[in-house]
Amino acid sequence: MYLHEKIETLPRKELEALQLERFNKAVTAASQTPYYNKLFAENKIDISKIKTLDHIKDLPFTTKNDLRLSYPDGMVAVSKSDIVRLHASSGTTGKSTVIFHTQNDINKWADQVARALYSAGVRREDVFQNMMGYGLFTGGLGLHYGAERLGCMVIPSSTGNSLRQIQLLQDFNSTVIHITPSYALHLVEIIKEHGINPHDLSIKKAFFGAEPYSEATKEKLENLWGLDAYNMYGLSEMNGPGVAADCIYKGGMHIAEDYYIAEIIDPETCEQLPDGEEGELVLTHINRDAMPIIRYRTRDRTRIIPEQCKCGKTHRRIERIKGRTDDLLIVGGVNVFPSQIESVLMNVPEVGNNYVIVLDRVDGLDKMNIQVELYSKLFKGDLNALKKLNKEIVEKLRALIVINPKIEFMEPGSLPPSEGKAKRVIDKRII
Amino acid sequence: MPHQVSVFAENKPGKISRVTEVLSRNNINIRAITISDSGDYGIIKLLLDKPAEGNECLKNEGITSTLKDIVAIIIDDSPGGLHKAASLLSNSNINVEDAYGFTIREKNQAVFVFQVEDVPLTEKLLKEAGFTIISDKELYYL
Repeated sequence: MYLHEKIETLPRKELEALQLERFNKAVTAASQTPYYNKLFAENKIDISKIKTLDHIKDLPFTTKNDLRLSYPDGMVAVSKSDIVRLHASSGTTGKSTVIFHTQNDINKWADQVARALYSAGVRREDVFQNMMGYGLFTGGLGLHYGAERLGCMVIPSSTGNSLRQIQLLQDFNSTVIHITPSYALHLVEIIKEHGINPHDLSIKKAFFGAEPYSEATKEKLENLWGLDAYNMYGLSEMNGPGVAADCIYKGGMHIAEDYYIAEIIDPETCEQLPDGEEGELVLTHINRDAMPIIRYRTRDRTRIIPEQCKCGKTHRRIERIKGRTDDLLIVGGVNVFPSQIESVLMNVPEVGNNYVIVLDRVDGLDKMNIQVELYSKLFKGDLNALKKLNKEIVEKLRALIVINPKIEFMEPGSLPPSEGKAKRVIDKRII
Repeated sequence: MPHQVSVFAENKPGKISRVTEVLSRNNINIRAITISDSGDYGIIKLLLDKPAEGNECLKNEGITSTLKDIVAIIIDDSPGGLHKAASLLSNSNINVEDAYGFTIREKNQAVFVFQVEDVPLTEKLLKEAGFTIISDKELYYL
């Protein structure tokens, strides 16, 4: 049931004592980084006064924008030679948010993911096919290291090349898969097209990642593939996957509370909310040497489930993420804010004032269609010029947000005007 | 030089009827119409008896429209007539962005319209080769 029994079942009092000890260490380390040093000074924070976990309320929040402001290494708490890896979040404006790790951090992260996998019933005998992108993104390498740490045989098949994926699934009898839900929907169709019954494969469990998905989609995928899917939560700022994960009872995701202090706040007032109430999840990383992050606003909406889980773990659970407190879009695993798209469009003189982003899913792949109004005064009546303009906008957007959108030109005045709360995003994806 | 009215057309039903409705209401006659299409959007090209006025009327109705310089020539309505002009432009390295034509049955002649980047140069070359370049007025009152 437990990979690290002692820590996973530590009585709450002892767990909180451990959290306080690590919290103090993390805040001390943070206070020596250029970013937090300045921030604490500006807010007149005396870290020596932190005596209880409740004192976390006195500390300022850290946002994604703060991470950008401290780019590249304003939050690094160790010497550069101790850093062994960096990860960066996808599709961000200008400077991306970069997270650094020491060897010890990588080891701890692997332990954390291994523990989460174990709680979901994965064992060292399992064959783990990791159909997730490797690279700057944390999902691929995070699960890779975790499954390897657990002792599974990992197949780092990464994304795409469906026929090879199917061959690997068959030839090596993969029992656990890590895959995006959209690719899982696509791949299962290809498997069937090749006359294979997905239920005849050896797969028992799946972890779906990188994209939000509904419970209905999860159930649909479970039925199509004939497997059991487990939710896992993570974000690169907090390492990546493994921050919280389902145990075999699937009654909410256990937060790795020896790694994080979790709070739920009201996103408007920024006040802490009691356990059980829904709000924005705020996480403090208390178990990473290279880069402690204090009170990070995840923008993810959930609630803490205070009741003890049947599995016996003392680490509290969060409900599956219910949405965002901002307007972030996740398209093909890439994070995109509509404001990023808007800033590109509004810098093109031939483009009018209004636009609509339409998201759809075709053959399991996310498609972004952007309808933009033309600015009639700059209309030259030339189809080639329009084609050139179209290409230029696509190139600019692709350079900024990584994904390849399709641009549809519209007659001025045909889209909802920009005043008020115009609906700028239409999400037709079923997931 | 003559002008064509170019109208932006998004991929939606009813665009042509909206344009023709505005023109008919303002008593403007359409001499020729053609559509260039890129799949998702296109451009409706119109030869009107009153191009400047037609353009203004369309704009006033919120339609994205503009006047565009074109080259129009008269050719014999017989085999090889167009080829002579086309090969001349090709030999002179002039890129034809778009072209369309129509015949005038009574006169056994055809009018051909070229959309090119350098209108004066194209007119000059065609004139030197003996083609009859037609002016704004001639084009609309053929």
